[in-house]
Amino acid sequence: MKNDQNNRFGKNLGKFVTYALLSVWGVIVLFPFFWMILSSFKSYGSYNAEYVPKFYVSDPTLQNYKDAFTQVPLAKYFGNTLIFTIATTAIMLLVIVLAAFAFSRLEFRGKNAVFALFLSLMMIPNELVIITNFVTITNWNMRNTFWGLILPSVTSVFYIYLLKENFEQIPDELYKAAKVDGTSDFKYLYKVMLPICRPTVITVVILKVIECWNSYVWPRLITDDQAYFLVSNGIQEIRENGFGRENIPAMMAAVVVISLPLIILFLIFRKKIMSGVMRGGTKG
Amino acid sequence: MKIVLEHLTKRYPNRNRKIKTEVIAASDLNLEIPDGQLIGLLGPSGCGKSTTLNLISGLEPPTEGKLYFGDRDVTDLPPEKRGVGLVFQNYALYPHLTALQNIMFPLQNLKGENRPSKKEMEERAVEAAKLVQIDHLLERRPKEMSGGQQQRVAIARALVKRPGVLLLDEPLSNLDARLRLQTREEIRRIQRETGITTVFVTHDQEEAMSISDSIVVMKDGEIHQIGKPQEVYDEPVNLFVAKFLGTPPINVFHGKVQSETLYIGKENVLSVPGAPDGAVSVGIRPEGFIPDADGAFCCGLDRVEIMGRDTSVVFNHPELEGEQGRAIASAEASASLAGESVRFTLKPSKTYIFNADGARIRFGK
Amino acid sequence: MKKNNVKAWLYLLPAIAFLGIFMVYPLIDVVIYSLEEGYNSASQSFFGVGLYNFSYVLHDPYFLQALKNTLILVVITVPVSTGLALLISLGLNSIKPLKNLYQTVYFLPYVTNTLAVGLVFMILFKKTAYSEGLVNLLINFFGGKSVDFIDGPYSAKMLVMCLYTVWIVMPFKILILTGSLASVNQDYYNAAKIDGTSRWRTFWRITLPMISPMLFYLIITGFIGAFKAYSDAVALFGTDLNASGMNTIVGYVYDMLYGNSGGYPSYASAAALLLFAIVFTITCINLRTRKRFQF
Repeated sequence: MKNDQNNRFGKNLGKFVTYALLSVWGVIVLFPFFWMILSSFKSYGSYNAEYVPKFYVSDPTLQNYKDAFTQVPLAKYFGNTLIFTIATTAIMLLVIVLAAFAFSRLEFRGKNAVFALFLSLMMIPNELVIITNFVTITNWNMRNTFWGLILPSVTSVFYIYLLKENFEQIPDELYKAAKVDGTSDFKYLYKVMLPICRPTVITVVILKVIECWNSYVWPRLITDDQAYFLVSNGIQEIRENGFGRENIPAMMAAVVVISLPLIILFLIFRKKIMSGVMRGGTKG
Repeated sequence: MKIVLEHLTKRYPNRNRKIKTEVIAASDLNLEIPDGQLIGLLGPSGCGKSTTLNLISGLEPPTEGKLYFGDRDVTDLPPEKRGVGLVFQNYALYPHLTALQNIMFPLQNLKGENRPSKKEMEERAVEAAKLVQIDHLLERRPKEMSGGQQQRVAIARALVKRPGVLLLDEPLSNLDARLRLQTREEIRRIQRETGITTVFVTHDQEEAMSISDSIVVMKDGEIHQIGKPQEVYDEPVNLFVAKFLGTPPINVFHGKVQSETLYIGKENVLSVPGAPDGAVSVGIRPEGFIPDADGAFCCGLDRVEIMGRDTSVVFNHPELEGEQGRAIASAEASASLAGESVRFTLKPSKTYIFNADGARIRFGK
Repeated sequence: MKKNNVKAWLYLLPAIAFLGIFMVYPLIDVVIYSLEEGYNSASQSFFGVGLYNFSYVLHDPYFLQALKNTLILVVITVPVSTGLALLISLGLNSIKPLKNLYQTVYFLPYVTNTLAVGLVFMILFKKTAYSEGLVNLLINFFGGKSVDFIDGPYSAKMLVMCLYTVWIVMPFKILILTGSLASVNQDYYNAAKIDGTSRWRTFWRITLPMISPMLFYLIITGFIGAFKAYSDAVALFGTDLNASGMNTIVGYVYDMLYGNSGGYPSYASAAALLLFAIVFTITCINLRTRKRFQF
């Protein structure tokens, strides 16, 4: 009996330690978010006056958010990123769906060879091809244009592969039935395959949107005109040249604004996004 | 080792938190399993047989009641201190270990003076492997073995610690039909050779009846009947047990008893001395029908299926539960069957009557 | 059949065109660049062909610094983040209430902009004339001396870099590990319980081998990811990474290509190929050893 009590005590202690450790990591994860929101509501004066920063806001102000939108073209960065994300994702979806359809449904000579070639491209890191792409886009006079930003990232071998695998799981009978009914290939793809494979398509879209929203390297190479900056480049620009002076609360306001869309998206589609990342991450 | 269950009960809180009532997975189980017997826990899925097994193994603690192994109260003991071996339905062999390593695994958990030397561990593992006749496969990994072989490794792993009790959870359900027959003989042989008290869970009544010393029929967390397979088959205590055992299944009719006579429809089919008047369910085993031109019981004849030694007579009757009934008769007796109807005489020993609650009403002397 | 052939190629055309222009051609081109000695991007001319570019890069102190930084980053962050993620996932899998909340919180860094949160990290660690920075105040509180983590000593900068990298890569690892831990069949643990396996032994002999393929995968992708580190460094130390001595190999490639020190695609190509060689080697080792972990 005593042994039993000891055991129960040990179990409870274990639970306590587990929760404590998990909470510590939770605080570490959340603290930067807390700090940026907190600082963004402090006025410039009070932020700099606090030698020991306070963990609360004594005189909350929205001035920083105003500054973020007026003193630097944050809205412009925002709009650019939105255009870039939507356009890239949409074009990519078209390209990869067509390719995946060809690989999974159509018979043609050299199919396996082409697919093998595609797969081998999966090993190529972006860093290797970016040099020439930079030269190519420059030569095409596409620096500081949306096309220059978008074009190099509208295909992904990995997503073609992911989608093709999924397409192939659709039973042949459906295709044959559609053929008997006189459905065209394109209509079949659009009306049958895509709806069936919606989870995978959503996964791909989610991953691509996150990637686009956070992309930094390529936009940095290809744009030096602020009119075409994306949020990542914008934030770097704000950091380096900023608000004329080192205005940290205003910077934090800008950081909050550009972090918010993805976080909101995540909180709404939490399950979808997490399972999507898991699928995308473990397939590779 | 003798196993005794005393008022053993397991209740879970309802999964839907809004519903306050508890789910009763095992209710007031009383059972004594004599040393060295092979017991089949039998019931439809969800009847609590797996819960019972888990209570015996200690994987789940009981809500109430006591459990004894021999004279030892093991109710509060953790599984590893009970000395049980458990074979899982999917075998739960560790995929990264070879057969030998899998069998040795339990021994390597032992501590202190109980821990055998490395050489001894291997000897005991090989001994267990020999018992289940897989000593030639010791270096293989689970993936490289067939289902039947994996099953044997799992049994060897359960036996290697020389437990007092062996528990098998649906041991045959993952095997194909042919292997199933073979493996159940094998389990019987191993059990006989080791003399270990064995409890196994199954939903397949044929499987349970064929190898068990006794079977325990369960439903809704309760034990309905305990007994030798033939006894349970011949003398079911209630309608559920009667329906659950036997292939082809028992035929159930609506009937009534009036002045010690059993009526199905308007026909007086059997004399049932001592049975009280009232509406009853009548269960008749397929072998309880004797085709007889002068028989008291008339049924519509659907067809006669020839099976060689026996014949299966498929019939219908307005008072029958279900569309069709089935009688098994000898080929000679049914040779002349033809036409729209068939008459039977009933064997009193194969005819059971049950009251409205499904409890058996005994008749005769 | 012929008609079908044409149609299939039409479906494939966009993908092939984009891949051809932006992946296959650059792949060939980068090798050519790397071999052209003394390439001048203005006149698009070069002196000769050879391995001089590689030799230049390998002797460039900036590259060596970048290589050193990257290696330290890899060696520290991969084991730390994987181990920590495993610990947290084990914790997560052992609890029921609040599990969803914790999982959601832990995943947050994955959906945030690296540059943006990097800025917050910088502010937390930076020591300025007006303020010590929060982390330094914490150090002071425990009796330590404040350090400038952003413009100060190398080890301090490396520490922040590693911390931030771990913070960034954890969500993915926790997600994957929690998933693979949860997918281990409960019967294995029940079997172990029947056998009286201690928790320690259950972990080493059952849990770890069962999730080892996934763990292995995470380590490899972790290696590759850490070798490609760049934007985290920019987020913390600004775009001029060579000046702060915190450049990475990828950063070196971009700096050679563009920016204040840019205009040398040949050197950039050579460095990129060196990086690829490293990553490729790891992948090969991965494919070789992976078999041992599968069953």
